[in-house]
Amino acid sequence: MKTKRKGVSYAKWGYIFIIPFFLIFFIFSMIPMVDTVRYSFFEYYRSGIKEIGPNFIGIENYKSLLDSDMIKYAGNTLIMWIIGFVPQIVIALLLASWFADVRLKIRGERFFKAVIYLPNLIMASAFAMLFFTMFSTNGPVNSILMSLGWIKSPIDFMGSVLGTRSLVGFMNFLMWFGNTTIMLMAAIMGISTDIFEASDLDGCNSIQRFFYITLPMIRPILAYTLITSIIGGLQMFDVPQILTNGKGNPDRTSMTLIMFLNSHLKSKNYGMAGALSVFLFIISGILCFVAYRITNDSDPDGSKAAAKRKKKEERKRRK
Amino acid sequence: MISKKPKRIQNIFVYAVLIVLSFMCLFFFYILIINATRSHADLQKGFSALPGTHFLENLKNVANDGTFPMFRGILNSLIVSGCSAALCTYFSALTAYGLYAYEFKLKKAAFTFIMAILVMPTQVTAMGFLRLITKMGLYDSLLPLIIPSIASPAVFYFMYSYLQSSLPLSLVEAARIDGSGEFRTFNQIVMPIMKPAIAVQAIFTFVGSWNNYFVPALVIQSKNKMTVPILIATLRGADYLTFDMGKVYMMIFVAIIPIVIVYLFLSKYIIAGVTLGGVKE
Amino acid sequence: MKKKIVSTLLVAAMVAGTLTGCGSKNNSETGNTATGDAKDGATETAVASDGDEGKVINIYSWNDEFRTRVEAVYPEVEETSKDGTVTTLKDGTEIHWIVNPNQDGVYQQKLDEALLQQADAPADEKIDIFLSETDYVNKYTDADADVAIPLTDLGIDPDTDLANQYSFTKVVASDANGVQRGSTWQCCPGVLAYRRDIAREVFGTDDPAAIGEKTKDWDAMKTTAEELKAKGYYTFSSYADTFRLYGNSIANSWVQPGETTVTVDPKIMDWVDDSKEWLDAGYLDKTVKGQFNDDWNKAMGSSSKVFSFLLPAWGIDFVLKPNWDGADGEWAVTTPPQEYNWGGSYVHACTGTDNPEHVKEIILAVTADEDNLLKISKDYSDFTNTQSGMQQAATDASFASEFLGGQNPFEYFAPVAEGIQMAPLSAYDQGCVELIQNAFSDYFQGDVDYDKAKENFEIAIKERYPEITEVKWPE
Repeated sequence: MKTKRKGVSYAKWGYIFIIPFFLIFFIFSMIPMVDTVRYSFFEYYRSGIKEIGPNFIGIENYKSLLDSDMIKYAGNTLIMWIIGFVPQIVIALLLASWFADVRLKIRGERFFKAVIYLPNLIMASAFAMLFFTMFSTNGPVNSILMSLGWIKSPIDFMGSVLGTRSLVGFMNFLMWFGNTTIMLMAAIMGISTDIFEASDLDGCNSIQRFFYITLPMIRPILAYTLITSIIGGLQMFDVPQILTNGKGNPDRTSMTLIMFLNSHLKSKNYGMAGALSVFLFIISGILCFVAYRITNDSDPDGSKAAAKRKKKEERKRRK
Repeated sequence: MISKKPKRIQNIFVYAVLIVLSFMCLFFFYILIINATRSHADLQKGFSALPGTHFLENLKNVANDGTFPMFRGILNSLIVSGCSAALCTYFSALTAYGLYAYEFKLKKAAFTFIMAILVMPTQVTAMGFLRLITKMGLYDSLLPLIIPSIASPAVFYFMYSYLQSSLPLSLVEAARIDGSGEFRTFNQIVMPIMKPAIAVQAIFTFVGSWNNYFVPALVIQSKNKMTVPILIATLRGADYLTFDMGKVYMMIFVAIIPIVIVYLFLSKYIIAGVTLGGVKE
Repeated sequence: MKKKIVSTLLVAAMVAGTLTGCGSKNNSETGNTATGDAKDGATETAVASDGDEGKVINIYSWNDEFRTRVEAVYPEVEETSKDGTVTTLKDGTEIHWIVNPNQDGVYQQKLDEALLQQADAPADEKIDIFLSETDYVNKYTDADADVAIPLTDLGIDPDTDLANQYSFTKVVASDANGVQRGSTWQCCPGVLAYRRDIAREVFGTDDPAAIGEKTKDWDAMKTTAEELKAKGYYTFSSYADTFRLYGNSIANSWVQPGETTVTVDPKIMDWVDDSKEWLDAGYLDKTVKGQFNDDWNKAMGSSSKVFSFLLPAWGIDFVLKPNWDGADGEWAVTTPPQEYNWGGSYVHACTGTDNPEHVKEIILAVTADEDNLLKISKDYSDFTNTQSGMQQAATDASFASEFLGGQNPFEYFAPVAEGIQMAPLSAYDQGCVELIQNAFSDYFQGDVDYDKAKENFEIAIKERYPEITEVKWPE
């Protein structure tokens, strides 16, 4: 028996192992997707408690979407994502490299890590609600600022475009920087200490070490962070929805794409919601393709990763 | 070694940043906890830095309200999030391993396909999803919140990256030579190696599922199946008869406590797992 | 062994594949059959009323207000479970309360889903009674939709049984053909509630009659506002506070029956112009935007600078009272600058109910019996739907309120109720009212100009109601 093993093909096991994933995916995502796309070509909504349609209307839904302010909402989403993501990635990189730096020996590291991850635990809807009450014009933040004497009259945070967008961005930052930090730290600690030791011998300072060794080495995880954040950003919903009560005030400048989708879903406008879903799918596809290319072009076929693996195995054997 | 001064400045800077960030994170929890202990009338008077005396009263109000069955909701959320995290991490690891360790015809196609759907927001298919599960008789049931988590492209991608960096195929070969079956190899050799990745992803999936609002809001209809976020959201919409901000804060408080406990329990494991991975290198 | 697993998996995959294939094919038909069946359900009602009554009465509402009223006056009530979800009647029938919040349309969504399933639902899960608010009562009394049973079909004659109700409430609960399909126990005339301490400081008196002279119409109101401003007080908290007064006096409904055009009444634009003027003049508190939010709540607190609120009876009891953190007796009510109605919960018997007798009894007990209604007024400070009863209450000192410093508010509610001219309704009112306030709030804040606010309203209304094709603005 054992001698025969060598010739056995294990290919079928590959199929067996991936079947559950694909099966579930096809049932719960693919079929709904097809259904959604199909209805995007229909006039199909509910008026009061009566259902209108479905009547086939071709690409009418797409046309009226292009006439609407969809592009503006895409812009809103992008702006609020950037406001949240830029500080998030900068701070996360900084913290991750500090935490991973053995020579820094941060006291209470466990505590800090636990704390910065904490906001990620609270559900976005609850968090947004908390922010809504805290930053309201007569809320705690204003009353604290006033009692400190920093401001004379209350700031109307949610009355201005910048204020609302910044709040949304800030909330997204606060909720996700701890998460990103943990991810990046895991990646940095995955880098072989040999490399750092070697760089020390070559006289690298910590800034050089960060840019020339850490950053390139954690590229795959950075890509992962960027991609998931883009997807997350595109799906931005709970926070601005609750903060502005679904209105995207002021002047619909904090209306995101999913909020727009939600308002169609809420009015049971399946046709328009379907068409918007198709647009969203296309946008997210493009965004991710771009991100994937940017972060992966230096190692398109995975040869570097393979080389790294080989080296590692060699090292193991040497030991 | 060179000089100690810059190091100290760096240290001060590091701690300053950490403390400011920690303050920002904790401040909101602090306000939440304080407000959960105050009555509506107290809250009307404005913000106070000291806790009130209505903690138990607010808690009692939350527990006795049949319109917002908070504790039932927490139980439902625990079931959904726990099952999702378990299924999601196991099957993502299985899929990642299947694509990583085996050579087969459709391997490349399958991988590309998953990478393509990595970007698909769940909301995009929400409408069709709702119609599908209604047809399957799963409307107003917890199952459609759990089962789809088996196919999580993002978790798969993480697992795959992790396998790439930490599972030498020679190990699998060695297991085969020892006569281990493929499933056994996966369960007894690969899974332990992937523990850190699984721990990290289990937390993320758990939290994601716990906080998920969009899908449950579409699927769940009856009160005794509602998960926590739906309850919280209906709370935001509570109208003039349920005017009690103290109760509202208490509900948010009660809603996040279980997850904080779960996290405290698992975070040790994660941090240990991460260092473990580092040492192994 | 391994082969077996593979084949089992493959079979499973195939079965699942075919199953789901069927699923998606049948999907498109679901909606149609559901609505079709709902109509059939109408014919079933008559049959059901001959047979035995069901064991469970399902009532859909958005809060426990109706439950407390039923408990108070329906003699068959035995007890209610501690969490308030089940009420047992003396004959063993259970009332199941299905409560979903009103805001954001959640209640209507859940109700609509259940109504679409009504025909297929087992008897004990069918809706027997549901409630609706004035803002969307039209959607459910619609004759074509036929989800609310005409009262006459239940055995209630509106002309005799409900003769004592305020007539506008009966009009509101009727479909386009004048068939009454719902009934209410409350009537929501609004008054002006003001802070006595501020009145004493600014006007030297807190007497409701004297203050009433200063608030009796918009011209007097403006002079009063100027006086208040001089002492550093705001007249009202937010521009949303005055909306009901204007919105209640529109000449034509937002959407005419059968049309797909929203027509904005000149009165609404008056509200926009006046609100802008008042806000810029400093008569309103700039920091309060809209209602039912934290800022608005705080404006009712003792540290606020807001003089008055325009509220109906329920508003004083459920909004003002819980938000007031001072002693009792610091508020009083008086004549508002214009008569208006705000709110009103209508009770409907649901098409397809299996408990028509109980439903009839409950509706009669809660909305038609004068003694019961007076009891509700006394216990819950509701202004109830009985003309003679309310006239009696207006002069009865036992209806005085401690919160209002011993004042009898019914004295002020009753004349307003008499004078209410109910604006013509449409099924789109809730959306129109909510969205126009929202669109123009940006304009009031100075974030957008007038035309942009109009445009934003048009976008929002078409989003909410896909069938709306056009918005007409007054010249």
